[in-house]
Amino acid sequence: MGKEVMQNIDGISIYPIISLVLFFVVFSVIMYFTVTLKKDKADHLSSLPLENDDRYEN
Amino acid sequence: MSGQIEKFSYDNRISRMFLYATLLWGAVGLLVGVLIAFQLYIPALNFDLPYTTFGRLRPLHTNAVIFAFVGNAIFAGVYYSLQRLLKARMFNDMLSKLHFWGWQLIIVCAALTLFLGISTGKEYAELEWPIDIMVALVWVIFGVNMIGTMVKRREKHLYVAIWFYLATFVTVAILHIVNSFEIPVNLFKSYSWYAGVQDAMVQWWYGHNAVAFFLTTPFLGLMYYFVPKAANRPVYSYRLSIVHFWALIFIYIWAGPHHLLYSAVPDWAQTLGVVFSLMLIAPSWGGMINGLLTMRGAWDRVRNDAILKFFVVALTAYGMATFEGPMHSLKTVNAFTHFTDWIPAHVHIGTLGWNGMMIFAIFYWMAPRLTKNGKLFSMKLANTHFWIATLGMILWSVAMYWAGTAQGLMWKQWDANGLLQHSFIDTVIAIVPMYLVRAIGGTLYLLGFFIFIYNILKTLGSAQAVHEEEAEAPALVLNNENHSKLSGYLRHRILEKKPLALTFWAAVAILVGTLIEMVPTFLVKSNVPTIASVQPYTPLELEGRDIYIREGCNSCHSQLIRPFRTETERYGEYSKAGEFVYDHPFLWGSKRTGPDLAREGGLRDDAWHFRHMKRPNSIYDDAYDNPPSIMPAYPWLITDDLDVSNTPDKIRAMQTLGVPYAEGYDANAVGDLQEQAAGIANNIEQLLSGTGEDVVADEIKNKEIIALIAYLQRLGTDISKDTNN
Ligand code: HEC
Repeated sequence: MGKEVMQNIDGISIYPIISLVLFFVVFSVIMYFTVTLKKDKADHLSSLPLENDDRYEN
Repeated sequence: MSGQIEKFSYDNRISRMFLYATLLWGAVGLLVGVLIAFQLYIPALNFDLPYTTFGRLRPLHTNAVIFAFVGNAIFAGVYYSLQRLLKARMFNDMLSKLHFWGWQLIIVCAALTLFLGISTGKEYAELEWPIDIMVALVWVIFGVNMIGTMVKRREKHLYVAIWFYLATFVTVAILHIVNSFEIPVNLFKSYSWYAGVQDAMVQWWYGHNAVAFFLTTPFLGLMYYFVPKAANRPVYSYRLSIVHFWALIFIYIWAGPHHLLYSAVPDWAQTLGVVFSLMLIAPSWGGMINGLLTMRGAWDRVRNDAILKFFVVALTAYGMATFEGPMHSLKTVNAFTHFTDWIPAHVHIGTLGWNGMMIFAIFYWMAPRLTKNGKLFSMKLANTHFWIATLGMILWSVAMYWAGTAQGLMWKQWDANGLLQHSFIDTVIAIVPMYLVRAIGGTLYLLGFFIFIYNILKTLGSAQAVHEEEAEAPALVLNNENHSKLSGYLRHRILEKKPLALTFWAAVAILVGTLIEMVPTFLVKSNVPTIASVQPYTPLELEGRDIYIREGCNSCHSQLIRPFRTETERYGEYSKAGEFVYDHPFLWGSKRTGPDLAREGGLRDDAWHFRHMKRPNSIYDDAYDNPPSIMPAYPWLITDDLDVSNTPDKIRAMQTLGVPYAEGYDANAVGDLQEQAAGIANNIEQLLSGTGEDVVADEIKNKEIIALIAYLQRLGTDISKDTNN
């Protein structure tokens, strides 16, 4: 039912188009920076949780 | 370039407090869940008391498990991991305490009000406005405490778990505020600002994203900390975690409710839209795979280590639930599964499987580390818990998938004459055995939970507590060389170094999505085609509607007939948007344990409803060997007087919301109400006279039942007045 109501709104189609385009742009940017993330940086980041050396072994 | 070594301590006490609260509320929430599961098999367990009927306990159960059990667990895990990931104590101990006690106070208020039937009627947002305000305040305290800790951190980089925590904070705040717009009638009663279709859209936007940002993102954050800890290996792919994070928060907040728009957009965009909706599987599975592969070097330990086992099942359940979700958004699937027991099945794979098992794993790992000796009381018991919980979850969900499938098929079954094969009550009788299996599954899960509580309490109780854990780390020296360059500013790496920037961008990401999605929603109001014959409720019907909300009838009854022949045949003309323009809030419901009531008006006579509400099985006694109805009885509606002291206020509140009662009508409202009530009472007296169930009109005309009947008799009737004209 929401759909039928939505169809009656003038110019409604612009909203999903804006969102799709924005999503695409942002996603591409994030992909770019992720792919170019340096390895030593990534290694450092992923080691962060393990740095606070555990006092215990389980 | 690194600074001086500083000594400080981690606040373990706050994690321990939240941990205890989790155990307590988890037991309460699950216990109520088991009770309501049994109520659907043995309706006598509603005890004929208002406080213990299904309709009131169901919101109590959902609120208790989501916000009390899962909420406290999130905070326990966040407070533990955040400090360590940032190498800093929490920003402010006072804020931590305020957060803790504020949250517990909210829970107590929530439990009390829900028992009393004080509810807004909106799923997962039932709490009334004063509690909503408390939630907002406490949530802000949590956010300030978290961001403050990031600002005074000793680790330059913000690990991905923290991004998830931040996104959770920002988004839940926005969701809560937007969905809670309501106009108070008094301290305990308010009406949703939105009405009908618009209210439904805001509520879906909220509900969909509440699942995403309360039950998903915080747990992904916790996963990225605790799975590497338990497996003692770094996360499988840090890059994957970044992509997964942004994709998840973007797609969730945007693509989720997108499907409402599809048909209004050009073909190429429609196709893209469907692709995006399905794409939600990718970031979700990205998270699952990243978690599972982090454990890949520790597979040999999974056999004995209950913690890793819990993680494996949790992540698998997450994968299942996030595959099923997008499938449900496909029209053909949705047409079949919506309103059936598929929905609780889907939800419980998420909650019992993903949230519950994550919590068990995290707590089994964390509790020993809050003590000196650092040992779990019994790994054997933890393994026992694992098997019981898993079995319970499987029984629960298999029973409900079974029941949902049976319902879906029976509701749509035609006979040789082209009529519906099954009456509604027959479809109830067919699945009631599955309700028993579900209740047994839930009981097993609860049993496992008691083992969990015992094990954790023993772990914490049998060793000296470490409330302050000593630590040291070099002070943070920021290296600012890149900051002047704009290109550098855009880069993810810089964002990571700046918690406020990250908060800001996460908020922007979510707000832009929200706005683009909500603008059309707000345009809806003026675009719902009005139906001239649809009129505001009479004061008596309005009071009846409030009783419907108070008793939570909408947890078993939908009020939305979809445009399928199987539904119009059973329930009548399908629902039109224009019929709901005065519905503050909308009451479409999400589950048909009982039949749809959108066109209940005029279907039965007043006396039928009177007898049915008093004792639902009274109308089936002759036709069946066993009483088949599983609807609770509502005897107090027949004995309790209707409170009309707020009726004028309610009319005025509705006027403020744009419901076109005549100017000054509040003054006449009670008079009109009494007149209509007397008419219904007389009618019932006549219909029942000589049946052996005789009633006296004067004795029942002031009772709550009369208002409820007035409301039921109004449902869906306006539109037929239109065609008669
Ligand atoms: C536990 C779930 C449950 C709750 C809560 C519940 N119902 Fe029902 N209801 C049912 C079931 C199942 C049926 C079908 C069996 C029957 O007629 O009793 C039903 C049937 C009905 C019918 C009969 C519809 C028809 O014409 O055949 C009405 C009216 C109704 N319910 C109203 C209410 C109202 C009003 C409330 C709240 C005060 C309520 N129900 C709460 C489960 C529930």
